[in-house]
Amino acid sequence: MTTTTLAVLVPLLPFLGAAAGLLLGRTAPGFVRPLAVLPPLASLVLAALVAVRQGGGPAIDAHTELTPTGSVPIELALHIDGFAALVAVLVAFVATCVQIYSTGYLRDDPRYPSYAALVSLFTSAMLLVVYSGDLIVLLVGWEVMGICSYFLVGHYWETPEARAASLKAFLVTKLGDVPFLIGLFALGTDAGSFRITRVLGTVASGGLDHPTLIALLLLAGVAGKSAQFPLHTWLPDAMAGPTPVSALIHAATMVAAGVYFIARLLPVFEASQAAMVVLAVMAAVTMAGSGLAALAQDDIKRVLAYSTIGQLGYMTGALAVGDRGAAVFHLLSHGAFKALLFLAAGVIIHAAGTNSLAAMSRMHGLRDRVPDAYWTMTVALLALAAIPPFSGFFSKESVLGAAEHATAGHTENVPGAAGWIVLVAGLLTALLTAAYATRLWLLAFRGRGAEAPDHGRQPLTMTVVLWVLAVPSLAFGGLAYRSLPGWFDGRDLTPTLLTSILGTGLAVVGGLLTYGAWQRTSALAARTPLGAVAAHPEGDAGLVEAEAIATHEPAYGDIAYAPDPADPSRLLLGPLRRPAAAGFHLDAVYTALFVRPVQAAAGLVRFLDREVVDTYVRAAAAAPRLLGAAVRRAQTGNVQTYVSALLAGTVVLAVAVLLVATGA
Amino acid sequence: MNLAAAAPLADAAHAPHGFLSPTGVEIAFLLVGLATLGAALVTVTTRQLVHAALWLVVALGGLAVEYLLLTAEFIAWVQVLIYVGSVVVLLLFGLMLTRAPIGRSPDADSGNRWAALAVAIASAVALVWVVVDAFRTTWIDLDGPAAGSTRVTGASLFRHWVLPFEALSVLLLAALVGAIVLSRKAKADTAPGPSADLDVPGEKEGAR
Amino acid sequence: MHLAYPAVLSALLFCTGLYGVLARRNAILVLMSVEIMLNAVNLNLVAFDVWLSRTAQETLHSGQALTLFTITIAAAEIGIGLAIVLAVYRNRGTSDIDKLRDTAEGPDPEGPGTPAAEKAEASA
Repeated sequence: MTTTTLAVLVPLLPFLGAAAGLLLGRTAPGFVRPLAVLPPLASLVLAALVAVRQGGGPAIDAHTELTPTGSVPIELALHIDGFAALVAVLVAFVATCVQIYSTGYLRDDPRYPSYAALVSLFTSAMLLVVYSGDLIVLLVGWEVMGICSYFLVGHYWETPEARAASLKAFLVTKLGDVPFLIGLFALGTDAGSFRITRVLGTVASGGLDHPTLIALLLLAGVAGKSAQFPLHTWLPDAMAGPTPVSALIHAATMVAAGVYFIARLLPVFEASQAAMVVLAVMAAVTMAGSGLAALAQDDIKRVLAYSTIGQLGYMTGALAVGDRGAAVFHLLSHGAFKALLFLAAGVIIHAAGTNSLAAMSRMHGLRDRVPDAYWTMTVALLALAAIPPFSGFFSKESVLGAAEHATAGHTENVPGAAGWIVLVAGLLTALLTAAYATRLWLLAFRGRGAEAPDHGRQPLTMTVVLWVLAVPSLAFGGLAYRSLPGWFDGRDLTPTLLTSILGTGLAVVGGLLTYGAWQRTSALAARTPLGAVAAHPEGDAGLVEAEAIATHEPAYGDIAYAPDPADPSRLLLGPLRRPAAAGFHLDAVYTALFVRPVQAAAGLVRFLDREVVDTYVRAAAAAPRLLGAAVRRAQTGNVQTYVSALLAGTVVLAVAVLLVATGA
Repeated sequence: MNLAAAAPLADAAHAPHGFLSPTGVEIAFLLVGLATLGAALVTVTTRQLVHAALWLVVALGGLAVEYLLLTAEFIAWVQVLIYVGSVVVLLLFGLMLTRAPIGRSPDADSGNRWAALAVAIASAVALVWVVVDAFRTTWIDLDGPAAGSTRVTGASLFRHWVLPFEALSVLLLAALVGAIVLSRKAKADTAPGPSADLDVPGEKEGAR
Repeated sequence: MHLAYPAVLSALLFCTGLYGVLARRNAILVLMSVEIMLNAVNLNLVAFDVWLSRTAQETLHSGQALTLFTITIAAAEIGIGLAIVLAVYRNRGTSDIDKLRDTAEGPDPEGPGTPAAEKAEASA
């Protein structure tokens, strides 16, 4: 088979798997699990084959036009360069892991068939985005992901949190997608084509008329999809979905799509200095803010969600300094360790019966209950905190190195200011990342108090996947940083000494600070009992998690925050802790700025409609009614009256006809 | 206004006629006509219902005389037989069966009377005006053989009009059946109701 | 004879009958007025037939034949009419036309009438 055929099969197989799963889900339950796992696995093999054949060489382009579509043609096109080949491998890899993990995690869930099919569809859509060489086809995958995320986040739709979160995820990403669509149209019109290669060619020849406008419009869609400030608010709430879905959304698919999109079209953004600065500011605010917020979260998954936002900030930061190699490098390594973090968190939530860190910190011996999760999560947290030699170190240092490179003004098309912004924010975030990673580890695994409840052994499908994912988290960065430039732009990804020392040093400082604070506060833990545990030893992990999410707000008064005096973040953040837990009240700001005015306007419109417009309508009805009442009086029922009127009319008519006929 | 265009032929043939030289027939016609009209007026205005029926006899009889004066003798006898003989009897039966009051009834006219008067006068004015204007110079020649003798009428009726004549019998049959159905249904509703009117259509059929 | 005489008499009789139809309250009197109107028409038919039978070459005596038909149909009409009046009288206890107002627009727009009114309509 040619490479093109293989590449077409990569997104097609999960799609067919999804269709078959949806069709056969009820009639043939025995086929659901194979149909869920095998297509992504086959896609993984094929994507790896495609990557091997592409081999970092020149991009593979293939296209066919199904039908003429007006002035700007839309073509089914593939554009596989080194970025696409490697990201596709990551997507297929994570999706396969998630599917295998889900067979254990949701083994008793009655809605598993539709869930598995939607995950397959999600994977297929992301692979389409990755391989597509045409912006409109890319948009199709982009939107299919949006609707799949809506369904998957709302998987536990019995709980109001899940319903609200799924709606929020859908609406917020759609809010970004509208300008994104307009931006795509503007780009296609300016370039005369939706093909990525032609668009890039147009940009290279300076043929773009409105680079800033287009870049900013596209940026809005990217901010929505990749959860960048100010459209990131859906991501922490999306934790109401099952943990494997969070892993899939956060590690490899939806949020990565935005970063990947900018990486593909980076020249378009580089054509506008303003867009690059906006991108840098966006990345900086996202990074620093999410680090602070992550430090204050009580829900283990929300910590990870904010950390995802922060790591995505690193990627956009790398893009803002014009180094897409570093961005995609971080995307790949982050995909591996973040998937691992989420899946391990799922195991921990199952074992502990709660998603609250405050409750876990009052449990003894949780790490002995789930040794696999303990060790793999330690690896992943070290990778997240960018401690050498874990993979996160190399990818994050490549970002910081690129930023440092840009501060000196050595990078073309990138203003030095963007470099400084990204560098400073990146270093600050390195500190925060290490701090919240340490806090998560300490609270989850070094708890003191009662014995952790026994939920039985974790299913093998769940623990094996953790070890499979631990390998790239541990080794990918170190092994790949030399060979990756050959696949990417050719720019060096080796860590520079200065940023390495700075970044690692800050990370160590952050970790030590947190440890010190934990030492002082953990003594308080025994004195203030806290926490609610959902004990369902017989239930599957999904059930436990759903219950844990549903009980968090009743137990602690907030979905993200626990009034725990033993939390080290209380010392570290001080008065900032409460607003940080609430995501700096950005939702409240949105409510005040947008929701209330819109509701007020709606109230005004309703008033106008009911009281003003309807008055005219009622009057229009009342006037004929009065007229009818008047005419009705003639309807006496007396036949003689009727005949009188009839004959009088006849006489009048006859006389009139006579007068006319005789010309008088 | 000039509708006289319809009768130029008669105008030319009978020029010596005039209003100021009435013939005997004309005088008789006028007198009987006045009596007929008067009887008709009393019929529609009297407050005694039975009197109205009796005055109707006078009016219909007067019309029969007018037919005779117009030399339509067969029509005249039919008029006497059917109208004066049977229709008025029927009407009197009807009055009796509906328990019409004997004597003056103050509410014989409805409240619609003045509107009716206005409409009637307006149409009378219009009709008379038109008719007079159209036929003021037209004369009927009543000399020679009678235009409506039994022989002539019978010949035309059974030569030219025999098919409509037979069709008319179907109509009468339908009327007969209809009257029976109407009466019987009423009887089913009110069990011991008077049924004297049931054989009335049959009588009429015989009168034909 | 002057043709205007029977024509004018016919017109006046017709209008007299018209007045009776419109003004009389008792249904049988209305029927009488209808008879007067029919007779007025008959007079017209006869008069014009006599006039035309003298002036025209060939005549079908259509006026007189039509008069005969009219008389017959009028007889049938009065039979049916009286049957209807009697049925109404039996149902309502009256034959006054201006009391038969079932089709009147009542104060209540819905529901055209009581069951009694519907029965009367069915039998009338």
